Amino acid sequence: MIFDIEYETMPREALESIQLQRLKATLERVFSTVPFYREKFKACGISPYDIQTLDDLQKFPFTTKQDLRDNYPYGMFAVPMDNVVRIHASSGTTGNPTVVGYTARDINTWATLMARALSAGGATRGDIIHNAYGYGLFTGGLGVHYGAEKLGASVIPVSGGNTKRQIIIMKDFKPTIITATPSYTLHLAEVAKEMGIDFRELSFKSGIFGAEPWSENMRNELEETLHLHAIDIYGLSEVMGPGVAIECVEAKKGLHIFEDHFIPEIINPETGEVLPYGETGELVFTTITKEAFPIIRYRTRDITSLNREPCICGRSHVRMNRVSGRTDDMLIIRGVNVFPSQIESVLMKTDVIKPHYQLVVDRKDQLDILTVNVEVSESLFSDEIKDLQNLEKKLSSDIKEYLGVSATVKLVEPKSIERSQGKAVRVIDNRKK
Amino acid sequence: MRVKQLSVFIENKEGRIAEVTSIIAEVNVNIRAISLADTSDFGVLRMIVSNADQARDALKKEGFTVGETDVVAVKVEDKPGGLNKILHLIESSGLNVEYMYSMARIIDNSAVMIFRFDKTDQAIDVLTKSGLPVINKNRVTDD
Repeated sequence: MIFDIEYETMPREALESIQLQRLKATLERVFSTVPFYREKFKACGISPYDIQTLDDLQKFPFTTKQDLRDNYPYGMFAVPMDNVVRIHASSGTTGNPTVVGYTARDINTWATLMARALSAGGATRGDIIHNAYGYGLFTGGLGVHYGAEKLGASVIPVSGGNTKRQIIIMKDFKPTIITATPSYTLHLAEVAKEMGIDFRELSFKSGIFGAEPWSENMRNELEETLHLHAIDIYGLSEVMGPGVAIECVEAKKGLHIFEDHFIPEIINPETGEVLPYGETGELVFTTITKEAFPIIRYRTRDITSLNREPCICGRSHVRMNRVSGRTDDMLIIRGVNVFPSQIESVLMKTDVIKPHYQLVVDRKDQLDILTVNVEVSESLFSDEIKDLQNLEKKLSSDIKEYLGVSATVKLVEPKSIERSQGKAVRVIDNRKK
Repeated sequence: MRVKQLSVFIENKEGRIAEVTSIIAEVNVNIRAISLADTSDFGVLRMIVSNADQARDALKKEGFTVGETDVVAVKVEDKPGGLNKILHLIESSGLNVEYMYSMARIIDNSAVMIFRFDKTDQAIDVLTKSGLPVINKNRVTDD
């Protein structure tokens, strides 16, 4: 079902004219209210009043994650705090976390787009939605929640964790839609099986899965094990949160980007040059309706391509293909963003010399398992086993404390970590196999 | 009175101990005592060798992490209660043994044990005062 038929199926020309009008307004607004953008535009010798066509957007500078960190916490906000009704933050990376704000109208827009997304994934107002995305600073839980209410569905705000209770709720409350990370959902299915409950006998018809990359193979596994339509959802807090793009249950082939609110571009990550439709590169977003936190040409670092072909569902919005990778080496482990550089800075708190380390990610019983191999340098070494074991424990609790992700630290011999052209191979992700 | 012990970090992988012993053999150094402490993933190989500096350099050159620790070599009477006497003395002096292992060679018709104490100097002091023979390092190594 199409929630917002007027906008979601709008003919291309009408859509582009709305985009242009909204883009102009957004550029003018950030130019006058956000010093960061004003200075950056001026440095590029460009004014928002120069914009004539949508292609003129390409003349504007990119915004990066680092820009957001540099303006921590509120430097990128385009409205006074009086107008901000909600704050979310991404998991803190090496430096500051990225903080985003929403006005009441932003929250309403987000809820509407999430309602569109749930609807595209097969939900209706008659459905009961089991929302197992985490509630909190992370946008997943609350994003879905407001969308579900906007749609008029019944939402169970179960959040993450407490797996056994979740399964009892699934059995007794009979939810028909599940929203969660795909890996956690498979974990739920495993635990359910141990409890003697078969997911296929539950009432689910669709699962809206996101917050971590997943594959076509995983779709087959999810659909087979859980007996539901597995739908991919995309979003990021810098742009809004979940509900930036969604697959339709009719095609399940690429995610429709809500183009009346976001303008996507695909660029060559090396040169910054905009690539034609269909080519693979880095996804870049400009928001054109956000009030508190508009963002211009934000480099997501996600690698994908755009598909302009008309879709059988009737939506006119462009589709992005599954995210196939990252331009940086970010890992998503149980929904938490992890950069190898963060692990490095934790290790360096203990060892004065820069350690050689490697992150190995596996998926066991449907859960992501992170192992950090650390080469034993002389400054870390001790002739006593208990010291070495304590060191492993300390490093692993430091990682948990600073990154919020559980990891097993394993000491390994020097030079045992594979080097590629002299550089240590930092990440081995076995989940993709 | 202190004896220099080498310790080497090794992963629990096939052939790692042999790797260490062949490096030491190649530089013509004799292993006088050896012990392995291990966990499921890694181990620490502790050794008293005839020439610690030479063995250490050779191992480091091959990329091993090598530590040096001062330990104490003590003569243990080769009769019932020989080791017991030493351990009781250490315990009653409020000292602790971190680990110990025995040497392959007999010195003056006595067994020899290598001790790692939590307080090395105090331990040497206590042992010597009680007439328990701590062996000079030149009788254990060639350094």
